[in-house]
Amino acid sequence: MLRLALSRIDNRAIAEEVVQESWLTVLRSLDKFERRSSLRSWVLGIVVNVARSRARAERRTLTFRHPGDDAAVDPSRFLPADHPRWPHHWAVDPIPWPTPEQQLLAGETHQVILDAIGALPDTQREVLVLRDVEGLSTDDICKVLGVTDTHQRVLLHRARSRVRHAIERYFATGKKR
Amino acid sequence: MMDSPLPEMPCQALVELITDYLEDRLSPGDRRRFEAHLADCELCRMYVDQFRQIVRTLGRLPAESLSGEAQAALVAAFGGLSRR
Repeated sequence: MLRLALSRIDNRAIAEEVVQESWLTVLRSLDKFERRSSLRSWVLGIVVNVARSRARAERRTLTFRHPGDDAAVDPSRFLPADHPRWPHHWAVDPIPWPTPEQQLLAGETHQVILDAIGALPDTQREVLVLRDVEGLSTDDICKVLGVTDTHQRVLLHRARSRVRHAIERYFATGKKR
Repeated sequence: MMDSPLPEMPCQALVELITDYLEDRLSPGDRRRFEAHLADCELCRMYVDQFRQIVRTLGRLPAESLSGEAQAALVAAFGGLSRR
């Protein structure tokens, strides 16, 4: 089973997890085995399915960067892929915010937000302002900026993540920039 | 055909997908995994809540409080659109 898993997933630790998951599935599903194939084929079929799902998920979750781009959230905030218990979970936790939402525009955080918007790369700022501040439709934004819907969403997400991070950093450190 | 157990979506994956989730652009499978993770992860719940607060707060920003550059973006944008 492990060899089969390793043929699809070239990470031994993950392949071992695939085998464990497969065994659990076998045990859970044994009453559904209809003897159309040998037990061995059936079990290996399960390994193939689990390995495929896992390989897909790992590609998605381990490749946070689109080619040539940065992730919206700094990868150093998270535990590495080979962490024994919590790979890709928070390493530096988000903190609760001391200011209620309605007060975010009332005090110093208002300027933090404005500064964060000003510090954004041009296209991220454009999308954020047009979309979240001005409420333009996605269609109009794509027309105006000449970007695809998907790209617009990527830019928007990065911009929002940066503004959120600026507020978090302010609450964590008192630094306004 | 056997269903394989869906692998979990970890925190680092979830934070990249929040806008897609809010725009309802996730596949049904990804949406399920996203919501399943949120149900179990208090830190991500807090993160997503803060993210939403930022989006709502941006919507309350008066446009004239923006910097000159941001305002220029608006002027350019409205120049490129027919009147609604």
